[in-house]
Amino acid sequence: MKTKQYVNPYLAGVLLGVVLFVAFALTHSGLGASGAVSRIQVAVTSQVAQSYVDRTGYFAAMGGGDRHVLDHSSVIMLLGTFAGGMMSAYRNGRLKFEIFKGPRVATRTRLLLAVVGGVLMGYGARFARGCTSGQALSGGAVLSAGSWVFMFAVFGGAYMFAYFVRRLWN
Amino acid sequence: MLPFDVTTHGKLLSYLTFLAIGISFGTVLELAGFGDARKLAAQFYLKDMTVLKTMFTGILTACLLIFLSGSLGYLDFSQLFVNQTYLWPGIVGGLVMGVGFVVGGYCPGTSVVSAASLKLDGLLFFVGTVLGAGLFGETVSSFSGFWNSSYTERLLLSDWFGWSIGTTVVAVTVLALGFFYAAEKIEARMRDPEKRWSWKISSRPYVAAAATALVASLVVLGLGQPTPEKKWDKVGAQYAPLLENREVFIHPLEYVKTWNDAAIKLVTLDLRSKQDYEAFHLDSARSVSFEKLADKDFVFELDQLPPQGVVVLVSDDEQEAVRAWRRLKVQGVMNLYILENGLKEWKDVFATVGGPHLDFARPPAKILEAFPKDAFKTKIKLKTARKGGGLCG
Repeated sequence: MKTKQYVNPYLAGVLLGVVLFVAFALTHSGLGASGAVSRIQVAVTSQVAQSYVDRTGYFAAMGGGDRHVLDHSSVIMLLGTFAGGMMSAYRNGRLKFEIFKGPRVATRTRLLLAVVGGVLMGYGARFARGCTSGQALSGGAVLSAGSWVFMFAVFGGAYMFAYFVRRLWN
Repeated sequence: MLPFDVTTHGKLLSYLTFLAIGISFGTVLELAGFGDARKLAAQFYLKDMTVLKTMFTGILTACLLIFLSGSLGYLDFSQLFVNQTYLWPGIVGGLVMGVGFVVGGYCPGTSVVSAASLKLDGLLFFVGTVLGAGLFGETVSSFSGFWNSSYTERLLLSDWFGWSIGTTVVAVTVLALGFFYAAEKIEARMRDPEKRWSWKISSRPYVAAAATALVASLVVLGLGQPTPEKKWDKVGAQYAPLLENREVFIHPLEYVKTWNDAAIKLVTLDLRSKQDYEAFHLDSARSVSFEKLADKDFVFELDQLPPQGVVVLVSDDEQEAVRAWRRLKVQGVMNLYILENGLKEWKDVFATVGGPHLDFARPPAKILEAFPKDAFKTKIKLKTARKGGGLCG
């Protein structure tokens, strides 16, 4: 199948805004992804060592004792995000095995740095109590002061560091 | 009136809703090209401003829809979850995430979409976020003081700047339109550095859309936010049963018990006249006029109470307290109660067992022992989180 073009960024933004509004109107809160990431992590950890999860306060709040850590709306939303992404990629001819990377970087480096970037992102998202979806988008729309400051911090961090990894992408 | 609380209609409907929202979210992210790290990273080299355009259009659209429907009385904003503000942890975490963004090429949500379209880098990034979340859980105990610092429960930009909601919405709209303008000009320059500079935006649909957004924000400003009384007319029906079934009226003995409960932060508001207040008042009470209950700063303070905060309204009888309860309830104050039968009967309750020398302004906790266990029905149920509670936890 021929790969289709991405939609106009503003049109995508309007659609995103409508989805976000509907989320608020039906569930009291907006969108999110990082809460589910954390829950998946606790679920994996508890497969290996439940007693460890019980003993660590931060983890126990989500998956201690009889609590079903994955039985949470954020996890359901994440599954939906995955399914939606996959269906849309399929319909638009973008569902294929690939590695996205800059033209001048080795595949191995790219994959290693994808993990490193992910670790930083996961760590930072817990630190900031939310990610681009849960904090910046959702908090931004309801005018949370912390979310706006956070959003500029994310952009600021990325712009400041972009120079040092320019060979990765250009 | 929205928000409609899907979570109270059974787990199945609730989860189907979250699933449907997730599917729409994933679809939109994929359609925008957010499953492609190259497109996302290009934002930080000013080559492709899609991230900024789509994100701010999303925020602006949702913001205008929320506050327009709020102004028109279709949506109760006080019931929406607003992310708490932890200023400095948010900045530090945000900076770390920014670095992770440009190193790895994704954020958590977009890496899910990338992985879903079978991109190996997206999948590995997602695995990385799981590891990172675990690493955070391991290390947070060593800096939990900082992590919990500079905290405000519900701090809006409007509170921060001392602006009205309407002014803030207009400002956000102007800011976003400014970003879009800059993004268009930067992209044009990067595409063709030789081209002559022009101030104009040539796309008619863009200009029309920008004008629509600006007009919508001005409508929000013009309409203003509904007064508590107007809001009660719209949403009162949903809270009225709490009053009719007397679920929010607490017995004087429960009040004394709560007062002496170290785990609860009690705020007592005395609504009677200043003279009555000075003649006699509960030690814990502060005098407040009915007008004050619509004051933004005053309500803001009540909204910042910790989850263990309980607000009790006191008047001579119940009438004035009920009026106040309605006013505060629609402004989103949580754990809100009324002293049963007011202060008129307060002394009678304690006089029988306490004798004439009892300090009525502060009955001691041990006086509870003089009453039978079933002398009152416990009404206070602490609601520890706003509905929704967000999806980041």
